[in-house]
Amino acid sequence: MITIESLTKTYGRFTAVDDVTFTAAPGRVTGFLGPNGAGKSTTMRIMTGLTPATSGEALVCGRRFRDLPNPGLQVGVLLDASAQHAGRTGREVLAVAAGTMGLPASRVDELLDLVGLTAAESERRVRHYSLGMRQRLGIAAALLGRPEVLILDEPANGLDPAGIRWMRDLLRGYADQGATVLLSSHLLHEIEVVADDLVVIGHGRIVAQGTKSELLAAAGTVVRATDPVALETALRASGLSFTGGGAGPRAAGGTTSADLAGSFTVDADAREVGRVALGASLHLTELRAADGAGLEDMFLELTAQTQREQTQREQTQREQTPRDTVTTSPEGAAA
Amino acid sequence: MSALTESAPPTTTHPLRAEVGIADPPPIPFGRIVRMELRKSFDTRAGFWLLASIGIAAVLATVATIVWAPDDVLGFESFATAIGVPMAVLLPIVAILSVTSEWSQRTGLSTFTLVPRRSRTIAAKATGALLVGVVSMVVAMGIGALGTVLGASLRGVDVVWDTSTAGLARIVLAQVLGMAVGFMLGVLLRSSPGAIVGYFVFSFVLPTLAMALAAFQDWFKDLQPWVDFNYAQTKLFDDALSGTEWTQLGVTGLFWLVVPTALGLWALLRAEIR
Repeated sequence: MITIESLTKTYGRFTAVDDVTFTAAPGRVTGFLGPNGAGKSTTMRIMTGLTPATSGEALVCGRRFRDLPNPGLQVGVLLDASAQHAGRTGREVLAVAAGTMGLPASRVDELLDLVGLTAAESERRVRHYSLGMRQRLGIAAALLGRPEVLILDEPANGLDPAGIRWMRDLLRGYADQGATVLLSSHLLHEIEVVADDLVVIGHGRIVAQGTKSELLAAAGTVVRATDPVALETALRASGLSFTGGGAGPRAAGGTTSADLAGSFTVDADAREVGRVALGASLHLTELRAADGAGLEDMFLELTAQTQREQTQREQTQREQTPRDTVTTSPEGAAA
Repeated sequence: MSALTESAPPTTTHPLRAEVGIADPPPIPFGRIVRMELRKSFDTRAGFWLLASIGIAAVLATVATIVWAPDDVLGFESFATAIGVPMAVLLPIVAILSVTSEWSQRTGLSTFTLVPRRSRTIAAKATGALLVGVVSMVVAMGIGALGTVLGASLRGVDVVWDTSTAGLARIVLAQVLGMAVGFMLGVLLRSSPGAIVGYFVFSFVLPTLAMALAAFQDWFKDLQPWVDFNYAQTKLFDDALSGTEWTQLGVTGLFWLVVPTALGLWALLRAEIR
């Protein structure tokens, strides 16, 4: 269990974390989502006692982190996979961590095995590790003490698609055993696959939180039939609120009308919409949950703001040094 | 918020903890932290060779003394002095790196999440550095003693033990003070290059400047023993220290060592670890 209560962190006049309150519950994966620089990492460093909070409180397992007697056995932490001594071998990194926690050396081999680092790789120095290998090593270090809470900052960074899949399954299984898993990401799609609950942060403030199904379901159901006119009539008769159908909002979205011809977004779940369609004996060609457009739009809005600021900064730099070779495009920064 | 709490299952048991059978783990014993800090001083190539170089330097200094020292000064004191010079450079670097590598290599992120009470880790580092220093000096003196016997037999002169136990103890104290200065700079600056440069400035540049100042300015000549920590330490290599000289060592040590260490610790315990 992680309990964050009115947490605020200011640096001079800049507020990095602004009155943040949320809970990460046992048995669930909580996704901590926000664009780069939104305050995710600062919040996580405060949770783990590395950064003092300006005000508010962060409790892990019901206690302040610094009051945990042997934190490694209760909280697994991975904040930055690259923060390891370049000259130490991967195995030695784990051996030192296991030694500090008081675990037997055999635990190191178990974890190397679990995260898929071979014996030969474990004898190499971290300097020669790829980012993906460092993430695996960091996850191994976090899991060493069989902690009941996991705090992971961008653990999927640098992992290949198979690695991301592996980590997702691992975290899911871990939460299913009753652990509290908090992981951050700046990618909505990466986190919505694995998270049960979402906490969305932007500019240091929480902008949305709740279960994933709530946040994503808010957008309703997309339905399409061979006979859009009949579908529209049936929906109108059912009393459900809906959008779409004619040439309305789709044109604004910029998609061709052929794509969305006869497509409606209904403020109800698929079961309800299906019943209406069945009642009108309609031949449906599509019936699915909408893509959490509300959350995605909000997230894009947050990201876009951050990007505008970045672009502005880059422009300022360019003006200051006319011969500068800044080539990062806003699109590049988005990826 | 409300939605999240409502939908969270009322899980109160943690199978993972139950699995290992510990309700609340006992605190990490201090000795274990010291052991791990010592291990971290050896387990990188840089760390290993730094410590190995202390032994290597002691051997080289011993050989040089046998080869070059004139017969009449081929006593243990010559060997101890020759070995002491490289150690006075290397041991403080051991002390500096034990602290600063947590920042320079960013290992502090995991060190201070595994042991969140930073004062315990820093105390363990100080203990570890002291142990390394003491063991190194014992080994170095052993090498020096061997050199004394070997040198005497090679040159066909009498073996001379011209250093008293008290004298040796004062040399050890001087080395430990050097390590303490290194540790202080590490804690204060939290940067490997910064602290190492700082140590060389403090121990090798400042004494020269102070000497020059004392030579040309009479007012400083009288004041120097009370303000110059390096100067006060040089007395440790003389025959014996008077009460006044001990007091001067204490007073200068307070200003140059104790106060900056305290300030550094105060800042370190509150600093943000990134």
